[in-house]
Amino acid sequence: MELIHRPASAGTAATEARIAIDLVVNGERVALEVEPRRLLVDVLREDLDLTGTKVGCDTSSCGTCTVHLDGRAVKSCTVLAVQADGSAVRTVEDLAPDSEHLHPLQAAFVEHHGLQCGFCTPGMLMTALDLLARDPDPSDGEIRHAIHGNLCRCTGYQSIVASIQEGAAVMRGEPPRTWTEAHAAPRSTAPAPDR
Amino acid sequence: MTPAAFAYSRAATVDEALDLIAAGDPATRVLAGGQSLIPLMKLRLARPERLVDVGRIGELRGIRDLSGGGLAVGALTTWAALLEDPRVTRYGALADVLPVIGDVQVRNRGTIGGSLAHADPASDIAAPALALEMELVARSAARGERTIAAADFFAGAFATVLGPDEMLLEVRLLGAGRSAASAYVALPQPASGYPIAGVAVSLTGTPGGAATTGCVIGVTGVGEQQYRAYDVERSVVAGTPFADAAKTIAAGQRVASDIHADRDYRAAMAVVMARRAFDAAVARQG
Ligand SMILES: Cc1cc2nc3c(=O)[nH]c(=O)nc-3n(C[C@H](O)[C@H](O)[C@H](O)COP(=O)(O)OP(=O)(O)OC[C@H]3O[C@@H](n4cnc5c(N)ncnc54)[C@H](O)[C@@H]3O)c2cc1C
Repeated sequence: MELIHRPASAGTAATEARIAIDLVVNGERVALEVEPRRLLVDVLREDLDLTGTKVGCDTSSCGTCTVHLDGRAVKSCTVLAVQADGSAVRTVEDLAPDSEHLHPLQAAFVEHHGLQCGFCTPGMLMTALDLLARDPDPSDGEIRHAIHGNLCRCTGYQSIVASIQEGAAVMRGEPPRTWTEAHAAPRSTAPAPDR
Repeated sequence: MTPAAFAYSRAATVDEALDLIAAGDPATRVLAGGQSLIPLMKLRLARPERLVDVGRIGELRGIRDLSGGGLAVGALTTWAALLEDPRVTRYGALADVLPVIGDVQVRNRGTIGGSLAHADPASDIAAPALALEMELVARSAARGERTIAAADFFAGAFATVLGPDEMLLEVRLLGAGRSAASAYVALPQPASGYPIAGVAVSLTGTPGGAATTGCVIGVTGVGEQQYRAYDVERSVVAGTPFADAAKTIAAGQRVASDIHADRDYRAAMAVVMARRAFDAAVARQG
């Protein structure tokens, strides 16, 4: 197949222009120049080396690219980096200073088998934290409703819901429980709402 | 996936945005939350040459009270902001629709104005917009402001009566009277969440549905475009029991058919959703 090279016309020259943006990423100010068409997730991963945030479906469905934009969970594959100009972005890298000191929610995912392959986990964590910021003591049904936009193809969600319940409890100041303790006495048995 | 290249400008005010789209060039598109436009651009199903980002226009965000108990919702108000405002519970069909649109992340970005302007024939909001007789305020630099009834707004699949130089500014909900009750019920396609059939019913009249003086029905997901079921409305007001009247809710429509729901099934589900929405609206009367 022959490649056709088209010289950029005067019109398209302007479209390639980079735009200066300012972000606060995980508490640090970052000044960047980006092409308007670049997605926030690509700028985070490629320009800022924050590869904890994953690209899964790349069609706004799976939620593994979820980050917080000004405190709200968003799918960073469906946000242009230029739209985030002036905003605060929080990624999964911000949750723990190092692997020895995990965020209580991350620790709960480890203890309560909230992950198998781990690919959906960054998004699950960020979406769960968005929920817990507004509702520190959700029912299982509320958790399921909140993670509707985060797909996991390993766990069947049961252990993710349990991990979020346990993480939420620790974040509320309750003592952490082992998987065996939690299994003996689930914290919530409320049914899931429709969809 | 990356969208094709485009020129980007950000408008700080409505006037600035209207100036930037004033030429009426269809290759220039307004960008709000981007939850419909960006996925289309990534798939290169849309290739605008210029985007005017209106996402930062503060005057288009938020909900205010109208005299007479109505609400004016700025076009850029997100689903999440609506969901968190207790005033929306005055409108049953609106309270029903908000939690079923997309997911948390989509509701945090997606706007009511963007969804209406996008005019997906299966958008959830279309049915409550029609049943609650929402009024849509639009403005262009050349022709000024106009108010469009929801029933006159949609002009086919992914098409509205808005001109390329026009923006949606506000969505108005008129006073919900004491005897007005509404509900929205949809059968979602399990993977996408979009309705296979979604029906909103709004009733005025005696509690219990015995003497219905007003019945407005909006249908989404079923036909080539979202529609008011005028014939069903008229026959209900004339005294036909709702369950009988609703049997023809998809009559005369070119009912959509796909791998999730063929024509007959979708039409049958429209009837079921209509009955459920009616029952839910009746339960809210009084
Ligand atoms: C994963 C996912 C799931 C979804 N699920 C559902 C669902 O279950 N039900 C449902 O109904 N919807 C669903 N949606 C769609 C979502 O609700 C809409 O994408 C969103 O509300 C559109 O608003 P926006 O601000 O993001 O619009 P944008 O994507 O920014 O814009 C959409 C279109 O409207 C135009 N536009 C935007 N604002 C204005 C304005 N003020 N004046 C004139 N034109 C304007 C734009 O030019 C563009 O053509 C889903 C979306 C995603 C990504």
